[in-house]
Amino acid sequence: MRQSDFRRLSLILLFAPFALWILLLIVLPHIGMGVLALREKVAPRVYEFGFGNFLEFMHEPIYWNTLIRTGSMSLLVTALALLIGFPIAYYIAKIAGPRSRGALFLVCLIPLWVSDLIRAFGWILLLRETGVISSALQAAGLIDAPVELLYNDATVVIGLVYTVILFMIVPLVSTLDGMDNAMIEAGYNLGGNGFTVLRRIIIPYAMPGIVAGCIIVFMLTAGSYLTPILLGGKYSSWFTETIYQQFITRYNWEGGAAFGFLLLAFTSAVVWIGLKLSRQTLAGTVAKS
Amino acid sequence: MLQRKQTWGFLLGYQAYVLAFFVFLAAPLVAAAAFAFNDSLFPALPWRGFTLDWFFNDSEPKLGMFHDRRLLRGLYYSFVIATGVALLSVFVGTCNAFLFVRREFPAKNFLYIVMVVPLVIPGVILGISILVLASSIANGLEEGYGIDLGFLRPGIFLVVLGQFSFIATITSLVITARLRKFDATMEEAALNLGASRLRVLATITLPYLRPAMIAAGIVAFLVSFENFNTTLFLVGSETPLTITMFDRMAKAGSTPVLNAISFFLIVGSGLLALVSVVVQRDRSGG
Amino acid sequence: MTASSEFDLECEAVSKSFGPVRAVDEVSVKIPSGSFFSILGPSGCGKTTLMRMIAGFEDPSSGDIRIKGRSVVDVPPNKRNVKMVFQHLALFPMMNVYENIAYGLRCNGVGKAEIGRRVTDVLERIALPDVGERQIHQLSGGQKQRIAIARCMVLDPDVLLLDEPLGALDLKLREAMKIELKLLQHQFNTTFVYITHDQSEALVMSDRVAVMNNGRFEQIGTPQELYHRPASAFVAGFVGDANRWSGRVVEVSNPHARIETSAGLSALCALGNGQKLRPGDRVEVFVRPEFIRAERLNGAPTPDGNGLTGTVDSLLFNGANSRVLVRSKNAELIEADVTLTGGADDLKPGEAVRLSWSPEQAKCFAAEAATA
Repeated sequence: MRQSDFRRLSLILLFAPFALWILLLIVLPHIGMGVLALREKVAPRVYEFGFGNFLEFMHEPIYWNTLIRTGSMSLLVTALALLIGFPIAYYIAKIAGPRSRGALFLVCLIPLWVSDLIRAFGWILLLRETGVISSALQAAGLIDAPVELLYNDATVVIGLVYTVILFMIVPLVSTLDGMDNAMIEAGYNLGGNGFTVLRRIIIPYAMPGIVAGCIIVFMLTAGSYLTPILLGGKYSSWFTETIYQQFITRYNWEGGAAFGFLLLAFTSAVVWIGLKLSRQTLAGTVAKS
Repeated sequence: MLQRKQTWGFLLGYQAYVLAFFVFLAAPLVAAAAFAFNDSLFPALPWRGFTLDWFFNDSEPKLGMFHDRRLLRGLYYSFVIATGVALLSVFVGTCNAFLFVRREFPAKNFLYIVMVVPLVIPGVILGISILVLASSIANGLEEGYGIDLGFLRPGIFLVVLGQFSFIATITSLVITARLRKFDATMEEAALNLGASRLRVLATITLPYLRPAMIAAGIVAFLVSFENFNTTLFLVGSETPLTITMFDRMAKAGSTPVLNAISFFLIVGSGLLALVSVVVQRDRSGG
Repeated sequence: MTASSEFDLECEAVSKSFGPVRAVDEVSVKIPSGSFFSILGPSGCGKTTLMRMIAGFEDPSSGDIRIKGRSVVDVPPNKRNVKMVFQHLALFPMMNVYENIAYGLRCNGVGKAEIGRRVTDVLERIALPDVGERQIHQLSGGQKQRIAIARCMVLDPDVLLLDEPLGALDLKLREAMKIELKLLQHQFNTTFVYITHDQSEALVMSDRVAVMNNGRFEQIGTPQELYHRPASAFVAGFVGDANRWSGRVVEVSNPHARIETSAGLSALCALGNGQKLRPGDRVEVFVRPEFIRAERLNGAPTPDGNGLTGTVDSLLFNGANSRVLVRSKNAELIEADVTLTGGADDLKPGEAVRLSWSPEQAKCFAAEAATA
């Protein structure tokens, strides 16, 4: 009897940190944000329950244009990160020799932990009017006047791909690493060519890693703030910037909370659709990477 | 013969692509770090010679980072926050690992997914939702009871909680993965040799988990150190380094002192990341 | 009440149920001090559960377990003086050999000097005096085995449990370790309880063996008793090799019975221990290959005993344990031991042979309902 009491007590003690964390830092704050988003400001310091904050979003094209722009550019970044990152991951996991494999993976891991801010700062130094590339092109005589490579959408996309691509490569490498080389050889042995082996064997096997990478990359991109602001300038029109303006500049917390809710709902919906389409689960992908 | 030539060419092209990728990966970091040593007031070409002024010079206009009081204070706050977050999330991550690997309870699989979810919530949302809840509790207490709970206002405490809210998922996943590989008969063997439950935990299970706990702690420290999105909404007057740097970049324009601190952070986080990888690799066979 | 310490370990009607499954069913046994006792059974027979109950990792649903005459059912596992060598040894990889062996002593609060003395002593007794500073992963399979035993023996246990510790070793090493374990047991003079599914391990090492099936002990006896006088069809089939036929009793003339097998062979068999059979009963007949004589057919009929004729299907050469596989007229395959010298006298595939065996060496048992 004492033994079972002890086990129950220890279960409660183990469960407490988890419950406090999820309840106080995830569940309650999101409920609070939802409640705040549903408060409508009708007069100074007078509030009413209603969908006014969401209606404002619907009536103002600039808001939902920003959200759609953020979403579609994030999808583009995710796709590019997968296209560029997959061959790299495959090289590290399957082609590189055992010794260079570890070194290459390490080289990938180290920039992962360098702040977005520093990475964006580096791009600014390279791309701005007085930056390295502009100066180098001038010195080479290829252009006559300094050229501004910052503050356009292409730069924002490149910068975002750069920021998130390692989060794509790392789960892909771990998944591909667990794949038995004999499976690929068997694929060739049974008469497959490079393309069919890739499509029928490698990609299906790597699917959990691909989905995990895509989810993380999409979420990071849609939720990113620094890279679009610094590389895209004031008019980068990123939805997180809109949220920030509502909160900090206009001090409209109700509106900001509503926008935050919209961003969360939008990104969650995209992830959910992605999981359904690829027939994967959150536990089987992100949790394993 | 022809086919062999083709594969050879293909491999060469492939390697060139991989090389190009790593150049792409390194370029901005090299740029950010290199200008720290340029003897110029602006982080731009042309190269005016090597200097360490941006680290050690003690007077304007070339005030080095180790004499810049605001940057140093930012570094200090970042350090305090990251240490707090790392300790807290390793503790909770270890508890979660035991909870999800060793125990059975209702809705376990569902709660495991709940544990993963914070990682896929945009950091901005975590920041504002915690800000909203903390502020409404603080406002409610102040208006209703006249109690002012300062720690619920933006500041270090909220920053730690905000970062912890998603970093705990990372540490939980790392430590859980390690505990799953643990051979539970090792605990029975220790028990059989006469050890008490507490002693088994202290001498067998925790030493086995230690590499994962250290690695998870380092990762938590680094993620906390570089975090911006969540921190932005929760920060008070004690601004951590990333926020200080961002302000400086936006307002004063960039000076090479930012390159100096970038160099410092790149090398520091690189070394720590290296340590975390080595610690985990060393014991993974055991 | 047997309070004497004549028996190191006694189980009395020990049972364990997991929900509706009865893993261990009313097992009773007394193991004399200083003997090597094996529990032999197929996987899933309940032997591991029984061992875990003795070590204290599971509580019996009913029954009593006594060590040196004292009940230990309420004693937690870390207070029982029963030590265990685990299937995969469970040596602690984060400690070196010395620390592994010293672990139990430290838990018992033994002084530092005394620990050093006893660890050195036990390392000498297992003939590995210089490995104290080695890491576990630097040891060979056989060395790990001995360290795992030393880690237990240094605590001077009343009983040492061994849970199939040889399973992970390759064949040659396993053969060598069998002998070594037996010698170690003699040297320490401690009661060893050895769990295995490998009948040759049990037969070679043990003083006594219990054959376990479906949670029960089918028979307890010396290896020779089990081999030559099996108490049930299960024991006859599980211990050693045997040709096995199912058939029906034609007539009974104690201690023999005439059996007709389902393939049509008629043979005189000895009734198995305690078997009461009547004409018409379904039975199983077991004849060991070494008791079947295979002779080239040369016209002269062998009058006495059982026999049949057939052709050699193939030779199973394995040195001293070589056999022939003979296909009888009824298309049954029968194994018989032969000596293959490599000379011209050896049997060859396709030759006609006569197989014969004495009725005493053919044991028949009532067919079991469930197990085939």
